[in-house]
Amino acid sequence: MNKQNLVVLLGGMIFGFGLAYSGMTKQEIVLSFLQLKDLGLIFVMGGAALVTFFAINFISKLLTKPPIGKEYKPRKAKMNRNVIIGAIIFGVGWGISGQCPGSAIASLGTGNLPILVGIAAIFIGAYLRGLIDKK
Amino acid sequence: MFPLGIEHYLIGGILVGIGVSLIYILTGLHATQSSFFTTTLSWVSKRKHFQKEHNKQERNWRVFLAIGLVLGALIYTLTLSPTGFWSTSVQLWRLALGGLLVGFGTRLSGGCTSGHGISGLGSLSLTSLSAVIVFMGIAIVTANVVQIIGVLP
Repeated sequence: MNKQNLVVLLGGMIFGFGLAYSGMTKQEIVLSFLQLKDLGLIFVMGGAALVTFFAINFISKLLTKPPIGKEYKPRKAKMNRNVIIGAIIFGVGWGISGQCPGSAIASLGTGNLPILVGIAAIFIGAYLRGLIDKK
Repeated sequence: MFPLGIEHYLIGGILVGIGVSLIYILTGLHATQSSFFTTTLSWVSKRKHFQKEHNKQERNWRVFLAIGLVLGALIYTLTLSPTGFWSTSVQLWRLALGGLLVGFGTRLSGGCTSGHGISGLGSLSLTSLSAVIVFMGIAIVTANVVQIIGVLP
């Protein structure tokens, strides 16, 4: 395993531990957020985005380049119709099932075997996206 | 509004942020999740959409990221979790149908709860902010409709 993959593995473990700690790996808790019964989940995304904001905008500025990478580049996606149409479709799927890509993967580690059906379906959905891509 | 308190949500979120930040600071990579599905499909599909050079370059570390996620959640389950191993009671048809839409939608949109919601918002991207407002609004409406027509949990 090279250094990059080792860092990614360790960071991913903290990510997955945090997701499970927050309860986001439980589809029922995500659904209770979306049904507006427990708004706590806003602190998961908010807390994570805030820490990441400091990393991207301040801490990385102290270094010229990543110690084991090529460059620092904030994640600025271009706006187009697909961003919004995709977000609408994702929203419907999230609302139906309470699962999103990261929480579904992490949920496997909590012993949640039914989520394998969800993960397989996410693969099929991503594949269908590729099928309609003319480029 | 917060029947279970906010502490574990906030701590969990900060941990997620630390994981993403550690990876970004040391490697410059954005630890986003939905791309795992597209990049790894480059091993099985010859279509151009999947065979793009960046997909093939990223797929290895994205597998390590996914393994990390599973291991991290497993460690939590074996240590701090009050309930231990757990299984959802959300019906399989909902996981299947929802998953299909999640996979298609996130890949069309170019991001998910982590790509737009954490890395995108953390980068102060207006595109990501728009996507987050749309998918969260639509998900709230959908989850309530599902509940109103009597599908539980």
